Amino acid sequence: MSTAAAPSDAVGDLTVACEGLRKVFNGPDGKPFDAVHDLSFSLRAGTISALVGPDGAGKTTLMRMLTGLLKADGGTLKVLGIDVAAHPQAVQDRISYMPQRFGLYEDLSVQENLDLYADLHGVPQDVRAERFKRMLEMTDMARFTGRAAGNLSGGMKQKLGLACTLVRVPDLLLLDEPSVGVDPLSRRDLWEIIEQLIESDGLSVLVSTAYMDEAERCDEVLVMDHGRLLAQDTPTEITARARGLTYLASPAPGTPARDLQARLIDAPDRVIDAVPRGGAVRFIRQPDTPVERLGDLLQGRPVEERGEELEDAFMLLLRQHNAGGKPDAIHEAASQDALVSPAAPDQTEGENVIHVRDLVRRFGDFTAVANTSFDVRRGEIFGLLGPNGAGKTTTFRMLCGLLPATSGTLEVAGVNLRRARAEARRRIGYVAQKFSLYANISVRENLEFFGGAYGLRGPALKQRVQTIVEQFGLDPAATSGALPHGYRQRLAMAAGLVHEPEILFLDEPTSGIDPLARRAFWRTITSLSQSGVTVIVTTHFMEEAEYCDRIAIQDAGHMLALGTPQEVREQAGGDSVDDMNEAFIAIVEQGRAHDAEEKTAA
Amino acid sequence: MNGTEKGTGNGESAFTTRLVALVRKETRQMLRDRSNLAVGLLLPVALILLFGFGLSFDVRHAPIALIMQDRSEGAREIVSGLRGSAYLDPVDVETMEEASRMLRDGRVDAIVQIPSDFARRQVKGGAQIQLILNGVDSTTAQTLEAYVQGAVATAMARQADRGGVVSPGGSVMLMTRTWFNEEGNSRWYLVPGLVVLIMTLVGAFLSSLLIAREWERGTLESLFVTPVQPLELVLAKLAPYIVVGLIDLAMCLLAAVFLFGVPIRGSLLAIVVVSILYLLVSLLVGLLISGVTRNQFAASQVALLISFMPALMLSGFIFDLRNIPIAVRIVAEFLPATHFMGVIKTLFLAGTDWGMVASNSAILIGYILVFTFLTRRTLRKRLD
Amino acid sequence: MAPAPNRFPDRAVAWLAEVAFLFRKEVLALFKDPANRIILFAPAFIQTLLFGYGAILDLQHVPYALLDQSRGQAASELIARLDGTGVFSRQATLNNTNQIAPLIDRQKVLMAITIPADFDRRLASGEDAPVQVVFDGRNSTTAGSAAAYVASVVQAFNASRKGVQGVTVVRRAWFNPNLESRWQILPAMIATLSMLQTMLLAALSVAREREQGTFDQLLVTPMTPLQILVGKALPSIVVGLLQSTIVLLIVLLWFRVPMSGSPFLLYFGLLCFNIASVGIGMTLSAFALNMQQAMLFSFMLIMPLTLLSGMLTPIRNMPLVLQYVTYVNPLRFGVAIVRRVYLEGAGLGEIAPNFLPLLAVAAVTLPLSAWLFRHRLA
Repeated sequence: MSTAAAPSDAVGDLTVACEGLRKVFNGPDGKPFDAVHDLSFSLRAGTISALVGPDGAGKTTLMRMLTGLLKADGGTLKVLGIDVAAHPQAVQDRISYMPQRFGLYEDLSVQENLDLYADLHGVPQDVRAERFKRMLEMTDMARFTGRAAGNLSGGMKQKLGLACTLVRVPDLLLLDEPSVGVDPLSRRDLWEIIEQLIESDGLSVLVSTAYMDEAERCDEVLVMDHGRLLAQDTPTEITARARGLTYLASPAPGTPARDLQARLIDAPDRVIDAVPRGGAVRFIRQPDTPVERLGDLLQGRPVEERGEELEDAFMLLLRQHNAGGKPDAIHEAASQDALVSPAAPDQTEGENVIHVRDLVRRFGDFTAVANTSFDVRRGEIFGLLGPNGAGKTTTFRMLCGLLPATSGTLEVAGVNLRRARAEARRRIGYVAQKFSLYANISVRENLEFFGGAYGLRGPALKQRVQTIVEQFGLDPAATSGALPHGYRQRLAMAAGLVHEPEILFLDEPTSGIDPLARRAFWRTITSLSQSGVTVIVTTHFMEEAEYCDRIAIQDAGHMLALGTPQEVREQAGGDSVDDMNEAFIAIVEQGRAHDAEEKTAA
Repeated sequence: MNGTEKGTGNGESAFTTRLVALVRKETRQMLRDRSNLAVGLLLPVALILLFGFGLSFDVRHAPIALIMQDRSEGAREIVSGLRGSAYLDPVDVETMEEASRMLRDGRVDAIVQIPSDFARRQVKGGAQIQLILNGVDSTTAQTLEAYVQGAVATAMARQADRGGVVSPGGSVMLMTRTWFNEEGNSRWYLVPGLVVLIMTLVGAFLSSLLIAREWERGTLESLFVTPVQPLELVLAKLAPYIVVGLIDLAMCLLAAVFLFGVPIRGSLLAIVVVSILYLLVSLLVGLLISGVTRNQFAASQVALLISFMPALMLSGFIFDLRNIPIAVRIVAEFLPATHFMGVIKTLFLAGTDWGMVASNSAILIGYILVFTFLTRRTLRKRLD
Repeated sequence: MAPAPNRFPDRAVAWLAEVAFLFRKEVLALFKDPANRIILFAPAFIQTLLFGYGAILDLQHVPYALLDQSRGQAASELIARLDGTGVFSRQATLNNTNQIAPLIDRQKVLMAITIPADFDRRLASGEDAPVQVVFDGRNSTTAGSAAAYVASVVQAFNASRKGVQGVTVVRRAWFNPNLESRWQILPAMIATLSMLQTMLLAALSVAREREQGTFDQLLVTPMTPLQILVGKALPSIVVGLLQSTIVLLIVLLWFRVPMSGSPFLLYFGLLCFNIASVGIGMTLSAFALNMQQAMLFSFMLIMPLTLLSGMLTPIRNMPLVLQYVTYVNPLRFGVAIVRRVYLEGAGLGEIAPNFLPLLAVAAVTLPLSAWLFRHRLA
């Protein structure tokens, strides 16, 4: 219905039409490179298209050129029939755009943010009341209209950003990774809102995303890598490209699926991709390698064919595009098996290195962590999962001694780090959220600093920094802040491991990085675990729980589930649930329903 | 959906709606940020009190060490002259060693020594008194010298009268009058100058954070992709700080009149108008710095360096422009603060000189136009 | 795992080595940024020149207007004496009193001298002859100095006319023989200018890390709060001393204000002063939740500290309450130490009392900020 308002000069019903589009940036090394290279495509009105690709593919650059915020260096670009470069304001008047980091004013309330954007877009008062009501209902934020945007959880912020973007019905909606850093529950809500609006308002949408399940919901998928368009087709057609290459293998009983997965992914010439899922390993073979040639990797474990998915096709496209090019992220990082010399390989496994009992943390009236108890055994990979604002980071900060507990006991390697002498902290490594490192000094200087802070000195330090730089495939002379996101994460890991800790804490290490880099990350973790390091990790990518030995699910400060991924899936609803995402949503919703019952009973 | 909902081409009404919305947003942000408000409202109060009560160039009751090595009538006359001065507080000291120690330690500001041959030489003519000053504080030292000279001259005149010695021929009598500041009270010129400092502070320093903060927090990207115009952003950012500036101005004026008794001899209206013009200039300078640096730390440093420090040093606030080298004076003439300082001191102490008000206002308006144009350019809706 | 040294000398070396790593990191992070390099040193340079040329309280140029109604011999003698000082310069010769007001109003002249028609006649007949001088009091300090100057010229004129040798006051100004205000202000700048930025630098050091999330990373290392404190405070102190050096060199070599005291004592005083002001900065930093707060807090503090330092106006002129307040102001004692060492050539014994308040401020603020590192919750 809104297309009626489109001016008559629109070229047919194309929302975006570009031809030979190019954008050049100066790289961190000072050399110019094509962020977007010779891009030609068009999008039809009334459809929803997904833009997928790894970090650095040029997705955000493309989005910004569509909005007129960046000027193309070559080619033509028409949005809604208007030449963007010539008339950016005319385009901006008709589109809505949600950048990756939506500019919510954190000191303004939810309602005030909405009002601001409604006024800026000139939404008339009579339309506004009805629109706000609907947006607040859909985002489930009617209760929070008075709350400052800065006090919302990450998921809520994204929902509010979406609501602000959609205060009016645009002729084209551009969403740049709206679900990045958002937990599965919020992600589901976000997509429900988008789909409802498409239904009711006939929106045309271009959304970039790192999640294949999101791309699958779209009419069309555009796959980009290194500034080039690799494919544009319906999800079904793209998925079909991986037909006949996809398998499922089960690991030997009593061994974690990740060990098998590691063997498979370490053979890139034969295997395109492998991930653990539901206790088994899903993998894709190279088209020219028959499955029989994988015997040495599978070590006789049973293999069955499985149906292909969009993610399989995506991985295939990326690998084919990169074939012959520089070695990609996964194999660079994980090529050395003995990534870390074991901290204490002779010590008995199964001994508890982390011991938490009745841990409570309150901030004023607000209970961030309530009565939490768990143990982590030596050499385990322990996952702490939960929606945004569940108390994961608070728990983490208490474990690392950064925050005093209100009550309860906690011990890491036998001591409470908050009270322990500095020496005890030598045994742990910590990678903070957002990979916080000193941005304006080089990779080597960062690593030397952290090594020095942990007591390494002289030739030993130099040697250790050299080793870890090679292991993680880092350029020691690069300025840390100029690194691409995936490399920043590697540097953060390297800094956390430079002193070879026994226990490694990782707070949302995979947030905001693309699937390739995530696989590389987990390959590293698998190696670490094999060498005896205990790993405690928080994440909101539920499929990553599959890499863990045991997981805990937290919501609103409460521990809802604790056990192996299999046990948690069973708790969520038996064997039928093999998707961790669904299991997670089920458990959190059970928990919240239970909570609500208790409240009404009381 | 119809055309009006797109917010395009609605000209004035859409402009007004957007501007009102942006002004409301900026006002709320300002009000909710306590540290900003503290600088905007509390620091001016602190400065008013400090400048009004704390800082004074006027020397009153300055302690001086008095070494009397001669106790003749003439010497005693001089001592009583010194004691009679409201500006001096002589303390008797026996030896030069002790006196110089006191001078070094800052317990006295000067030493007056009446030498043992004073009476003898007074008879012969050519008697001398030694005055030793601590030149570290040269301002106080110079003032003290004048006071001591004055006290000695008065004492000698009195002695001459009493001795009945009729001086041969008359003397030149100085009859001085100081216009605008009869008492020579330094507070009278510090307080009007303070208006300039506070306007600069509120203007340049606070506004230098505004655009940079939006760049740092990434809020501009979403804002740019709306029908909003760069000029609207500039105007909206000015509005709340004009109010803060006016509150500060009101505080300055009230404090000047009721707390410090500084007269306002010119037109109040002219003071307010010129102050608003200057406030706009310094707000725009701050915004321009903010838009160019896009970094709060750098912006605040640059704002201090190119607007606050010159306003303090080169506008004629404390240091008289007539005393500084010509090259530096030329620089000073380019400062908006210099023009505001000249007119505000005149309006406070001398009265309304409409010609001066008009010409200085014209200069300030010129600056406003230039800086508005430049600031708008820094907000043109592009990320590259 | 790195071996944990046990014996004392090894432990001390290890302790210092860790501090050295933090120090190195801080210095690198500070100076790698070309904008920072400019921001840290250009202001000290520019402001010293600005103050050196702009902060002049001495009377150097007094434009005046003359209304000489007598046109006699004595009057022109008096005026010749005035012009002979080199300070007074006649901008206008007037015909009637109505011309005075516009010139003064427009600040064309600082003073107007009126010599009445009967001036010569009165003097010749032994009567006192009044001369009227009107000053522009909008800057009362300048007006006052000019008035005193005119008075001394008139006094000398009277004395020479009568041929009587009255009592002369022989002035000697210690430490600043010509009583130049540049000598008063510039050495004080050696302390003041460095404080403006070192305090801010210290205030930002922890706040920046908190905002960027690296502070947690630092706190989980085995470094103790004391080590972090030392590692973070030292760079600011070093930058402060470097800035002081820039100012010192300009004052010494460009403006040629002679230094009487020992450079070692000067630097020792600056060191103590810097430690105290960095202590205040670190406390602000540990309190502030983000860089913006740290910046505004330190700015709010720097202004009053500068005004209450005695650099421009004597402490003794302040109300008693404020005089007590200045005891916690490191700048007051920093300025005192620098001035006394630089101009007076004072020895350690003479300036020793100035160190006590500085050390007291440091002794309170530094441990407080170290405690706050871990106890101020973000």
